[in-house]
Amino acid sequence: MSTSAPLHISGKAIELRGISRVWDGKPAVDELSISVPAGSFTVLLGPSGCGKSTTLRMIAGLEEADGGRIEIGGRDVTRLPSAERDLAMVFQSYALFPHLTVAENIIFGLKVRRTPQAERQDRLEKVAELLGLSALLHRKPAQLSGGQQQRVALGRAIIAERPVCLMDEPLSNLDAKLRHEMRLEIRALQRQLGFTMIYVTHDQVEAITMADQVVLLNGGKVEQAAPPRELYTRPATPFVARFIGGPPMNVFAGAALPAVEAACPGCLLGLRPEALVPDADGPLTTTVTGVEYLGADLLIDCSLNGAPLVVRVHGQREIEVGQELRLAFAIDDLHVFAGETGPRRDDLKETLGPLMRS
Amino acid sequence: MTSHRSVRFRRDWIHGWLLLLPAMVFLFAFTHIPAITTIINSFYSTPRGRREAKFLGLTNYERLLDDAVFWKVLGNNLWFALGTIPMSVALAIVMALWVNDKMAGRGFLRMAFFTPTVLPLIAVANIWLFFYTPGFGLIDQLTSSLFGWSSVNWLGDPATALNAVIVVTVWKEAGFFMIFYLAALQAIPVTLTEAARIEGASRWTIFWRITFPLMMPTTLFVSINAVINSFRLVDHIFILTDGGPDNASSLLLFYIYETAFRFWETGYGATLTVVLLLLLSLMAIGQFFLFDRRVHYK
Ligand SMILES: Nc1ncnc2c1ncn2[C@@H]1O[C@H](COP(=O)(O)OP(=O)(O)OP(=O)(O)O)[C@@H](O)[C@H]1O
Ligand SMILES: [Mg+2]
Repeated sequence: MSTSAPLHISGKAIELRGISRVWDGKPAVDELSISVPAGSFTVLLGPSGCGKSTTLRMIAGLEEADGGRIEIGGRDVTRLPSAERDLAMVFQSYALFPHLTVAENIIFGLKVRRTPQAERQDRLEKVAELLGLSALLHRKPAQLSGGQQQRVALGRAIIAERPVCLMDEPLSNLDAKLRHEMRLEIRALQRQLGFTMIYVTHDQVEAITMADQVVLLNGGKVEQAAPPRELYTRPATPFVARFIGGPPMNVFAGAALPAVEAACPGCLLGLRPEALVPDADGPLTTTVTGVEYLGADLLIDCSLNGAPLVVRVHGQREIEVGQELRLAFAIDDLHVFAGETGPRRDDLKETLGPLMRS
Repeated sequence: MTSHRSVRFRRDWIHGWLLLLPAMVFLFAFTHIPAITTIINSFYSTPRGRREAKFLGLTNYERLLDDAVFWKVLGNNLWFALGTIPMSVALAIVMALWVNDKMAGRGFLRMAFFTPTVLPLIAVANIWLFFYTPGFGLIDQLTSSLFGWSSVNWLGDPATALNAVIVVTVWKEAGFFMIFYLAALQAIPVTLTEAARIEGASRWTIFWRITFPLMMPTTLFVSINAVINSFRLVDHIFILTDGGPDNASSLLLFYIYETAFRFWETGYGATLTVVLLLLLSLMAIGQFFLFDRRVHYK
């Protein structure tokens, strides 16, 4: 019997081809194209209002796409109702049915699709055990803590073994500690079961720690789609550079350094706070404008010919506001962008690096 | 310490009663005392001229058991309740679901459905009186031109009079109940329906498994009101049928009115009233017990 085998789901690839959604003449999602490999964990990341939820809801079929194609497992589902897209979804508010017990909530979909009673029971036991819900099956959602409700919502999503699971900020109602635990748990669950996950968040830590692929959205368009490490080490545009990392990368106009501006007019330079090192012989001369103690680390705000820079240094150090601070950096850590909207110009790194003196 | 607290307690207690007093005076003067007087009167004969009311014991109640009109009217009232309650509640739900959907002109539809409720019942009855007029009323004109039926005296025929009154009542009440269902529907988070849709539930399943159960408190409230209304509303009978023909459309309260204020049999009228009150309270209690296990309160 197939039901006695351990839960395993084979994920399906998702392909968004130029999908759009317009609200009152303003595009919330603008000809968006994303490739999500089968069985991968893809995070849609971006600032508030950039169209993450709208994109997810279009994939789910809760929102009609105004243009473009959505394919799941090679099948065009753009005009299909949610029920026929063979996917599961976890809502930010969990959307548990308040009048049904935990067990009834979890098997709701199986019941609707007339799965035989014995199989329903079998799967329920397995899912409940996997999520540690076995003792709570007869409770109503109102009698559960936030974390437990979250697990029930997860259970409802995975019991039908759908190849695709969508989540819209599922952890935003939990406290920091629980959020950390659930993050690991969801990631492990996805690895173990093998379904394709699209996960929406505006929290870059969630994105970096969980994703195989992060899609960073801005104003309804893709800024960059890449593995988390690449997003950090090779941001494609100044927007990505400023969005990822805490504190984010220093991106400043080349105009702060006349020699750079002459060699490459309009270029932007990027250096991460941790790539800048105080060094008495360093090429960059700055003035300290502020100091912030972060326990183990020290954040120094300084000004390079008017361009603000943040430097992160380890350990304690006597630094005074107003003093001069010379900074050094490795050419490898330099990011060069051709302008505000990109693109990256790695080829200019070697030329511009030595010109950066003040 | 203890004495201090007990003084505090007594002061709170006095304040509490003082605040309640005005409402209680009115409640007793206009509700409880008349109710108790009615119960007492139901055991007395009707005073006439010089003749004082005489204690009769259960005689009035025995008379009631033998009163063919009472039984007929009670039967009418049950039929009236059965005809109006499920129908108006079902219509209210359908209309509420309909005007809750996103669509053009839903503000107009909401208003149209609610209008019958705003109109005074007397005005409503007058409109329907015209619809029902034999020969040239709206309904007869329609049935004769569409199906070639001969004219029917809807309100004058014992076979159709009560049902004609039922139609008017349903038309009047459904819009009112719709408002409560509309409020209930809007209190249900959209994500619940969306989650159910993703799980593959059809609109029908979503209604029966999610929406309807979550509206149960409203259904309880509305149906208790509907039951009470079915015994309480009589104004349209005055206009439409005056209880006739041959008591065919008379209801319990209308019969009480006739007995007490047309035939001036106040003693027997009081007896009938007591029976009506008993019936109503039994039904309200029964409904609470019947529904209670199936109602999910938030
Ligand atoms: N139903 C709607 N009607 C009109 N505009 C909408 C609607 N839903 C979303 N929008 C607009 O579309 C844009 C994208 O919204 P969306 O909910 O997708 O953002 P988001 O990236 O999920 O943001 P958040 O992180 O705050 O959830 C926003 O500007 C929003 O105002
Ligand atoms: Mg959102």
